[in-house]
Amino acid sequence: MQDYGVFDILGPVMIGPSSSHTAGAARLAKVAGNIAGNNIKRVEFLLHGSFGQTYKGHGTDKALIAGILNMDPWDENLKRSFEIAKEKGIEIIFTVKDMGDVHPNTVKFIITKEDGRVTEVTGSSIGGGNIFVFDIDGQSVEFTGEKPTLLTQHKDMPGVISKISSLFYDENMNIGTMKVYRSGKGKATMALETDSMIPDEIINKIKEMEEVENVEFINPILEGGA
Amino acid sequence: MFVSSGRELTEICREENLTIYEYTIREEADKSGLSREKVIEKMKGTLHVMMNSASYAQENEIKSVSGLIGGDAFKIRQYADNQNTLTGDFMNRAMARAISSSEVNAAMGKIVACPTAGSCGIVPAVVISAGEKLNKTEEDLINALFTASGVGIIIAKNATLAGAEGGCQAECGSAAAMASAAVVEMMGGSPEQALNAAAIVFKNVMGLVCDPVAGLVEVPCAKRNIAGTVSALTTADLAMSGVESKIPFDEVVWAMHKVGKSLPSELRETAMGGIAITPTGQRLKKEIFGE
Repeated sequence: MQDYGVFDILGPVMIGPSSSHTAGAARLAKVAGNIAGNNIKRVEFLLHGSFGQTYKGHGTDKALIAGILNMDPWDENLKRSFEIAKEKGIEIIFTVKDMGDVHPNTVKFIITKEDGRVTEVTGSSIGGGNIFVFDIDGQSVEFTGEKPTLLTQHKDMPGVISKISSLFYDENMNIGTMKVYRSGKGKATMALETDSMIPDEIINKIKEMEEVENVEFINPILEGGA
Repeated sequence: MFVSSGRELTEICREENLTIYEYTIREEADKSGLSREKVIEKMKGTLHVMMNSASYAQENEIKSVSGLIGGDAFKIRQYADNQNTLTGDFMNRAMARAISSSEVNAAMGKIVACPTAGSCGIVPAVVISAGEKLNKTEEDLINALFTASGVGIIIAKNATLAGAEGGCQAECGSAAAMASAAVVEMMGGSPEQALNAAAIVFKNVMGLVCDPVAGLVEVPCAKRNIAGTVSALTTADLAMSGVESKIPFDEVVWAMHKVGKSLPSELRETAMGGIAITPTGQRLKKEIFGE
């Protein structure tokens, strides 16, 4: 039997009209935007299933853009996100696309930065404002963004994971979950969730490791709107 | 951990001489690791968002994103202010509050999902209206929200709060059950009386389907928030008069869950049955989304 807190029942505080179509969409887009980093120039949103069919009526499009603009799901500027993106010169494209056997509320973000780098993130809004990211740049991952999450792309060789985890041990930090995915070509991706916020020193030390090619850190989007 | 049934809840409240809200605050502080004061402070923030959503569309004629709904809260408020209503000022104002939050939600304004966005009008309308009528303080209203959420936790544990899983009875039904229990405690009723109210509300909406036109949280959702509000308020009076539910709360929640599961998927938020597929429902869908 699942346990619930008071604010799971009376909450979240959110911008309507639908926790999965607006709040979850905004959260998912915020995570995708964080993975891509700053200076976003163009975003194409591929919308699957229910998202593809009803995104206009639910304001899912506005929520997705708001998330890319780093807004929280309870930000009252959310409904002005089209204008704000235009002011910032960010090009936006919505495409309806059947992605096969995935959750009905799934989006693939194709994010192009000013330097031309492209990041692709795919995830689903699974209800109640909760999300699930399952693909980054063609690489399977799995995380919900509810806890501080560290994503690494590193060389698939002995000792890398132990080096990273020992950094957490040294700071007396607990790793809640850890998943490693092998992409072939000697590369691996890891999603690691911790119980407490990850200090910059740890992230910088991981960045300095020569076996590590890329590190992204995603802060949880905790409710602060109330 | 929070108790898993209404029976355990009433037992623990009786043994320790607690109200549902006192027990709920205690458990939330324990679970979250926050102080009692912090938990109450957080709920105060929740109440303020509710107050705003319950009043905004009464004063401002708003339109939903799709254009399907809007302006009704304003209309009801004008009617309540200017006419001799049949069910009285209190009930009409409560109805205006309920649909105000639903309209704010559909217009991409800020609301509290309580328990869901689709049912966001009921708990605020019931708690605020009862509080106003009974001259209650802000603290009393905050306590009522803890009663509502305590009852909601037990429903969530044993059934579902999602229309996609259990139909509208699970969304607006749960919201009304939670709200009615909250008002009973606000009026000085016992935890048993509060759960009697919740049980009666559920029995009266048992089987209510989720059939949104065009899949949007607007028609008939907004008016079901009004219906849930009226039911919660009248049932609170029933429970306070001493009327009991012949079937205990836990068994009613079990039945609601079982009925929800046996609803065909057409009647669980897919917009493929009920009101959604009436000729007018289909026409409205085409107008919003094209062919």
